[in-house]
Amino acid sequence: MSEMIQMLAPDGTYRADPAYCSYAMTDAQLRTAYRHMVQARAADEWAFSLNRQGRLGTYPPATGQEANSVGAVMALREDDWIVPTYRELGGLLTRGVPLKQFFLYWLGNEHGSAYERELYHVTPIVLPIGSQLPHAVGLAFAERYQGSDRISIGFVGDGGTSEGDFHEALNFAGLWQAGTIFFVQNNQYAISVHRNQQTASDTIAQKAVAYGVEGVQVDGNDVTAVYAVTAAAAARARAGGGPTLIEGVTYRMGPHTTSDDPKRYRADDEVAEWKRRDPIVRLQKLLVARGLMGDAELAAVIADARERARREFDAVEPFEKPSLEDTFRYVYAELPPLMQRQLAERRRRLERTGT
Amino acid sequence: MKPTTLLGAINAALAEALQEDDAVVVYGEDIGVNGGVFQATAGLQRRFGERRCFDSPIAECGLVGTAVGMAMAGLKPVVEVQFSGFAWPAFNQIVCHAARTRNRSRAALTLPMVVRMPYGGNLKALEHHSESMEATFGHVPGLKVVIPSTPHDAKGLLLGAIRDPDPVIYMEPKRSYHSPQQEIPDTPYALPIGRARVEQRGDAVTLIAYGAMMREARTAAAWFQGQGIGVELIDLRTIYPYDCDTVLDSVRKTGRLVVVHEGPRSFGVAAELMALVVEELFMYLHAPPRRVTGSDAVIPLPAAEHFYFLTAEHIVDAVRETVEF
Repeated sequence: MSEMIQMLAPDGTYRADPAYCSYAMTDAQLRTAYRHMVQARAADEWAFSLNRQGRLGTYPPATGQEANSVGAVMALREDDWIVPTYRELGGLLTRGVPLKQFFLYWLGNEHGSAYERELYHVTPIVLPIGSQLPHAVGLAFAERYQGSDRISIGFVGDGGTSEGDFHEALNFAGLWQAGTIFFVQNNQYAISVHRNQQTASDTIAQKAVAYGVEGVQVDGNDVTAVYAVTAAAAARARAGGGPTLIEGVTYRMGPHTTSDDPKRYRADDEVAEWKRRDPIVRLQKLLVARGLMGDAELAAVIADARERARREFDAVEPFEKPSLEDTFRYVYAELPPLMQRQLAERRRRLERTGT
Repeated sequence: MKPTTLLGAINAALAEALQEDDAVVVYGEDIGVNGGVFQATAGLQRRFGERRCFDSPIAECGLVGTAVGMAMAGLKPVVEVQFSGFAWPAFNQIVCHAARTRNRSRAALTLPMVVRMPYGGNLKALEHHSESMEATFGHVPGLKVVIPSTPHDAKGLLLGAIRDPDPVIYMEPKRSYHSPQQEIPDTPYALPIGRARVEQRGDAVTLIAYGAMMREARTAAAWFQGQGIGVELIDLRTIYPYDCDTVLDSVRKTGRLVVVHEGPRSFGVAAELMALVVEELFMYLHAPPRRVTGSDAVIPLPAAEHFYFLTAEHIVDAVRETVEF
């Protein structure tokens, strides 16, 4: 297992990795990455604030993990399948999923997770841990079976790598040489359990070896490195070269969810240390060093993103209420007679008593 | 038309599904070269090639989980879990993903997939080879659960399940795999999911069974017929969504109900049907509904399995007590 791939150091110095020279981000891509990462951060912070205002339910913040999510999805074709966790806001925005959908979901409405298939190729947000990965393998299998060169990426956290589904998915993918990228958002914590309590492996990437799968560890706070290793993995997968396990080393800057208090299990010093490696600050340094953006423009992007997050939420908040029928309508293609009776009973009572 | 076993009917249905739709893939443990431990997939790989019919690692969670992904992308996977008692590792995939994806995505993604599994016992089998978990699956919103008892229904329900837009758990009564035989059409036909079949008309008592227990129920019904007591014998065929109208119409007429199944009694299919009947038809009942079921015990190894499984005599006694109440 080679060392962790890093190109953009925390101090902003950039050194291309010769192994990935054909996958360097263009100036335009760097600007785009910055916009997506900043938009994800702004929406994330606003969602957290809305929760504290009592306007949004339980929410799992993704601040700190934007380079992984945005860099990986930017490295894919826009019709490749994304199989996200519940903490891939940056990736979903990069794919073009509207912020309205994001807010709608966390307002508690399943329509927020209804990503139109042909438009986005994104599977819905799932709360079970790790069990979405076999879907990524099945998606890649099916695409190849149908003569398409579409590939899939399955996201998972460091905690999720302990689930059996992670291992079965890797095994199936290796065996089938599926066009699947397994992307581990190693954010160091599964709620309160540190990555070192999760596995005795030196790296998560090395777990790939046992399955006959390529494994690579990347600095998950360096969007240029994340983009490069994912683009290389995507090219290989698309050419029939098989799956890759990518471990993006990052840090969950916030709590697990709005209901969690990380002060119970980690020290302020540790958080401060990771703050110095912030993926957005690091990218800002590169943009400035290359003359792609000045301080004023960097700040303007942030201000715009914050304004947009508020605007989009305000637009969606009045529409959050689903109907009674919505609860029954999507369980089966056709409502079975048994459920028709239950719906009618519920409807009658609702009309009579309001409950 | 030709005489076919239930196993042969399943094989024929799989072949016809593979023939009519390239989106259908069939995979599972030992189902390729070997043709399945029961031979349900015999000859399919030779006929349709490894692209359409192939072996998978022995990993039920991965098996069903990859099928979920395939179905998301437009395939119609039909996977085999070798024995229903080994389906538990796949339970998370079945319950959390197969059953919920339509609802979770507001139908942006739907899963036309079938999970086949032989179920049931009284075959002197090893542990975990005799389970009946239809009630467990039937309790999961988003799943359809079907169990055929005849070769004709086995073929029609399997093709119906494969063409269905939603995930179907297709449970095969392995004790009925080889007999009896039945003349069935050798062209494709699909039977609707959610419809019971009234196998014999009668006015005295409604007897409901399904799967392997239909054989014992038929024996019992025939015995009462000889006594001049008309048993209305219903093959439930679909566990969920079960055919409430056929059940209610019958009990409205007979006023008496006996339900038979192999699985554990508590929270079972019989309990559900009895609850429905008591709620809806209390004033029509001439006797308390009865159930003839397995016990809430772990199915014993062969030396003691006769203490668990049921014979026609169990059913005859319960029906007699109900009729004479």
